[in-house]
Amino acid sequence: MHLDAVILARLQFALTIMFHYIFPPITIGLGVLLVVFEGLWLKTNRQVYHDILMFWIKIFAVNFAIGVATGIVMEFEFGTNWATYSRYVGDVFGSALAAEGIFAFFLESGFLSILLFGANKVSKQLHFLSTIMVCLGSIFSSVWIVIANSFQQTPAGYHLVKQTNGFIRAEITDFWAMVFNPSSMYRLNHVLLGAIIIGASLVISVSSYYLLKKIHEEFAQVSFKISLIVLTIASYTMLLSGHEQAKAVAFNQPAKLAAFEGNYHTCNTHGTRLSLFGIPNPQTMTLQYEVSIPDLLSLLVYNNFNKPVTALDAFPKSEWPPLLIPFFSYHIMVGIGMLYIALSTIGIILLKTNNLFKYRILLWVYVFLAVIGTIANQVGWIACEVGRQPWIVYGLLKTSDAVSKTVDSGQIIMSITMFGLLYLLLFFVYIYILNEKIQLGPVRNAKFERSSILDAASDLSKHGEFSLTSDDETKEVF
Amino acid sequence: MLDLNQIWFILLIVLLTGYAILDGFDLGVGIIYPLIGDDIHKRILLNSIGPVWDGNEVWLVTLGGALFAAFPHVYATALSGLYTPFMLLLMALILRATSIEFRSKQKHVIWRNFWDMAFFLGSSLASFLFGVCIGNLLEGMPIHSDMELRISFLALLKPYPIMCGLFTLSACAMHGTIYLLFKTKDKLKKQIDRFTWHTFGLFLCFYLMVTIFTLINIPTAIINLKVMPIAWVVIFINIIALVNIPRSLFLKNYLESFLSSSLTFMALAALFGLAMYPNLITSSIDPAYNLTIYNCASSAKTLNIMLIIAIVGMPCVLAYTTIIYYVFRGKVELDSTSY
Ligand code: HDD
Ligand code: HEM
Ligand code: HEM
Repeated sequence: MHLDAVILARLQFALTIMFHYIFPPITIGLGVLLVVFEGLWLKTNRQVYHDILMFWIKIFAVNFAIGVATGIVMEFEFGTNWATYSRYVGDVFGSALAAEGIFAFFLESGFLSILLFGANKVSKQLHFLSTIMVCLGSIFSSVWIVIANSFQQTPAGYHLVKQTNGFIRAEITDFWAMVFNPSSMYRLNHVLLGAIIIGASLVISVSSYYLLKKIHEEFAQVSFKISLIVLTIASYTMLLSGHEQAKAVAFNQPAKLAAFEGNYHTCNTHGTRLSLFGIPNPQTMTLQYEVSIPDLLSLLVYNNFNKPVTALDAFPKSEWPPLLIPFFSYHIMVGIGMLYIALSTIGIILLKTNNLFKYRILLWVYVFLAVIGTIANQVGWIACEVGRQPWIVYGLLKTSDAVSKTVDSGQIIMSITMFGLLYLLLFFVYIYILNEKIQLGPVRNAKFERSSILDAASDLSKHGEFSLTSDDETKEVF
Repeated sequence: MLDLNQIWFILLIVLLTGYAILDGFDLGVGIIYPLIGDDIHKRILLNSIGPVWDGNEVWLVTLGGALFAAFPHVYATALSGLYTPFMLLLMALILRATSIEFRSKQKHVIWRNFWDMAFFLGSSLASFLFGVCIGNLLEGMPIHSDMELRISFLALLKPYPIMCGLFTLSACAMHGTIYLLFKTKDKLKKQIDRFTWHTFGLFLCFYLMVTIFTLINIPTAIINLKVMPIAWVVIFINIIALVNIPRSLFLKNYLESFLSSSLTFMALAALFGLAMYPNLITSSIDPAYNLTIYNCASSAKTLNIMLIIAIVGMPCVLAYTTIIYYVFRGKVELDSTSY
């Protein structure tokens, strides 16, 4: 079977970026929560905040390590898979990537080491400062990478130049116009909110699990409450942000929005419906089993019931994105967004009436929040990137023209296989370690794992050089 | 006066130097890692680089970003032309990064052996592949008139690049062992102390071999030395630093040894730059197809913007790096935060 190199290059890129994107949002979201936890601890000096902080720092570390390892791949894949694209946009796109390295990753990785290993070496204040810096660093990295990606979606601040060596490329004319291109700030908001949602979801999931098991209850209740408040704010803001973003898409990339909505025929007599459910049929260009609200999309986009939103039939077929993937991924994302609003509202109401931890069924639902949040982040990107097709740089360069010329299918198949296996391994190890940490729970002193610590200690006593005797130190050596 | 393209060429070499010096020692720790048998000792090795390896690797990430931004054609040509070795390199880096994190999380022997192996293989393969790339860059590669590099993976593994690969491998091993002399004490330190001499010996052998072969094989490598006599200073520094490594090791002045081996790395990176300039990749087909700092560069405007970014950013980076190395100075003690 001969698989097209373009499809393979896309598959390979999609595999590696999607895997990478499991971790950064958790880092960003947990980072924000770590700042909250540590701030509360420093303010009130309550032991439970310290336990919460220490527990989540461990999880943060595991998550961060895989995020970094998979991120390094991404830094080079524009060149390996999309060489022609790199030649075309390097002048514009490269500076955002370089800025990310200089401004974000150094900050993040530097202070991370104090956050993880410095608790016994630096003052509380400096430790808190490091936590803030790590949080800021991870936010900065999303800033630059989202700017870079947004340039691909809505190019601005450039002009096309034919170089003396025959290549045509985009050269920067206005750096700030590139940075504040028409979609970057909307998308940045949205991405950061998505990260905060998944961070809070993870904490809530684990807390609910403890509550169901009736273990570490104080720990679980306190972290649950804090995260629930964060989650509620983020979920409502997400609705606004998503709305703004959809409006921006309608304006900047109308074909994409049409694909999201399954909107195939422009109807000039009345407004456009908002589809809630349906199955797009690419042959007949209709939405089967459609459930929709008339005129609502027009209202949302234009604030006007009657103004029709441009549909796919306004574009030549060669410029249509695929129909199925954007439609479904977009609808799943929005559905999950609504679910978040519902679940966090219920949570807040129950919290007010002191009933939050009474309903086991509800707690079981909360256990799955982290999975739902990850899915939402993934399908959000899938909708956004597949909806941009067939363009790699919207309106300027087609994906099929952007691929590396010297890489053949065999090489890509090999790398897909190897990365597939490696990532599968990492994923299972990640889940396994996460599970271990969760089962172990917050560890304040050695009481929880006496037995394993005892043989560890006897292990150590053979080597007189290291003292591992104090309680504090034995708590989680292995 | 230097023009922007030259400045960016120099900055790339600076980033390369930073990466080589910093990640060099933590790769090196991975290379000699299997020689250490004891589990606690292994953990000390891991913890000696624990707080810094990620920051060290960011130099590579930034090098990639800067290359992309300053010389996009080189980024595109090199990464797509060398697709397979780069994928291997990336996998090696992933394995090694994750094994540092995971290895001590479980006590099972199989678990630990697996990650120990991954850490060693990842570190060794990565440092070897860097050398192979550098060797190929020095020798020149089949760049065609369309700026594309067409070469099969096996064709990259010629004797000279392999020798360069072994050279970087031994250089990292030496640099890593010297670093460990600061970080360890007692029995472990005695053991490391012995390794230092072995790795230094190996390094010296490969150093001489690579030097001789470069002089014979690649006459273009020294053209710039003839044009710029001032560049002999680099060679001079290189020799002094190299000689000072065994001297200071013998005197047990380990800080000086580490600075000397860092200086050696710096001089080697500078010599590599001198050998390449003004090319970034030379074409073995026709010198007219060379990728140079002029025909591959971004526009002056971008180079300018990036220069501002670098001027604002680099002092911050140096400040963080200093703080981190200061906070984590001294011997490694295992505690509750360790791997
Ligand atoms: C927890 C994650 C999450 C949740 C609950 C939502 N989104 Fe989202 N969405 C993302 C996570 C995300 C994302 C992964 O962050 C994306 C992908 C690219 C981007 O900029 O953000 C995204 C993209 C994205 C786009 C495409 C933007 C583009 O192509 O440029 C639109 C129109 C929306 N979202 C709209 C919504 C609406 C109306 C939601 C309902 C509340 C919603 N999103 C919830
Ligand atoms: C902001 C940083 C990102 C940039 C700069 C970026 C850039 C790109 C590029 C260059 C491609 C290949 C060309 C193409 O197929 O369109 C691509 C495709 C893709 N990306 Fe992104 N990407 C980013 C983030 C993400 C994230 C976080 C995800 C998912 C979790 C994602 C999902 C995908 C998918 C699924 C494809 C394949 C699309 C297809 O085959 O049609 N991207 N992206
Ligand atoms: C294709 C685009 C992307 C590239 C080239 C890329 C590159 C990288 C690199 C090289 C690292 C490792 C840095 C280190 O060594 O410390 C990394 C980690 C990280 N990236 Fe990505 N990345 C991409 C997409 C994204 C997106 C879309 C986001 C967030 C919105 C993001 C946020 C982060 C964060 C927060 C980290 C820190 C580690 C972690 O959180 O797991 N990246 N990325």
